[in-house]
Amino acid sequence: MNEAALIFGMFLATFSVRYLLFAVAGRVHFPPWLNTALGFVPPVVLTAIVLPAVLMPKGELWLSPTNPWLLAALVAALVALVRRDLLTTILVGMAAFMLLRFGMGL
Amino acid sequence: MSATDYPLAERRRQEFIAGAKATVPLIVGAIPFGILFGTLAEPSGLSALGALAMSLIVFAGASQFIALGLLSAGAALPVIIATTLVVNLRHMLYAANLVPKIRHLPQRWRIPMAFGLTDETFAAVSNRYLQQEETRELHWFYLGSFLAMYSNWVFCTALGVGLGKVFPDMTRWGLDFAMSVTFIGMVVPYLRNSPMWAAVIVSGAMAIATAGMPHKLGLMVAAICGIAAGLSLHLLKQQRADQDRTATEPMTERETDR
Repeated sequence: MNEAALIFGMFLATFSVRYLLFAVAGRVHFPPWLNTALGFVPPVVLTAIVLPAVLMPKGELWLSPTNPWLLAALVAALVALVRRDLLTTILVGMAAFMLLRFGMGL
Repeated sequence: MSATDYPLAERRRQEFIAGAKATVPLIVGAIPFGILFGTLAEPSGLSALGALAMSLIVFAGASQFIALGLLSAGAALPVIIATTLVVNLRHMLYAANLVPKIRHLPQRWRIPMAFGLTDETFAAVSNRYLQQEETRELHWFYLGSFLAMYSNWVFCTALGVGLGKVFPDMTRWGLDFAMSVTFIGMVVPYLRNSPMWAAVIVSGAMAIATAGMPHKLGLMVAAICGIAAGLSLHLLKQQRADQDRTATEPMTERETDR
């Protein structure tokens, strides 16, 4: 595999997607409903990334109280709801995961 | 306090630092992820130099991981590039969201901003843009967030490449969970009204249902379904509010007549 070609190709595939709308930003105006729709983008995309990662950590649905990904994710969500502080959420969530996974051997 | 209290350069410097500071928690979540990428590179068939170059030039966490997975599975170059494109489609949604805020900027700003458009910087910046009306200098905030994220990503990749040589079994430590907790912490503050809840629930359920689709295409399907659900509920609530208003209007008219 030619690594230079791989990296350049991936750069083009990434940058073009990110830049396309910025490039024409002065000429496009969105209707109000589209602006509202785009407001849903961040939480919706992040949820679609996270949920399969914690419910299907090994590729298949694992809905069980012994799934450490799921348990630690619930802990993190609870901390986020109560404290609303990102750093605390990340640190407590990671600690819970490490404890469940390696401390308790789940 | 207004913008004119400071000279422009001072205000820009403050925005830049604020951007970097707002990104610190997100960086904490990205550190294990960057290290993991560096550790996984060589076992997947990407050289140490290639791993570093990829973080420097491509700068797209999820795509870089998927590229490693495809490399080790022996996928062809066009497949990896096409997959990168599909996985990054979500960034077009982010860009669309930011368009009204960057419209006044010249291309020499838009190009580096586009390069630095990651999940994390988008989250930090959109948070900030929601907080205040005056957004003309916020590209400096964006730049601060982007450069903090970028330098950390490249540094952690290098660190991971080095650590991977010392601890070959690091890839099984569960460092990838850091991304999940970071994203959970980013989603929760959005959950303030029923349309947002509906959007997130539908998106999550659809992501599970479509997890079997190739090239992470399910991600886009889930996102679009979630947005549709949220938007429908939002418009429905708005319509109901308008109806309520028209129902009470004759009453207020009579009151003003008296």
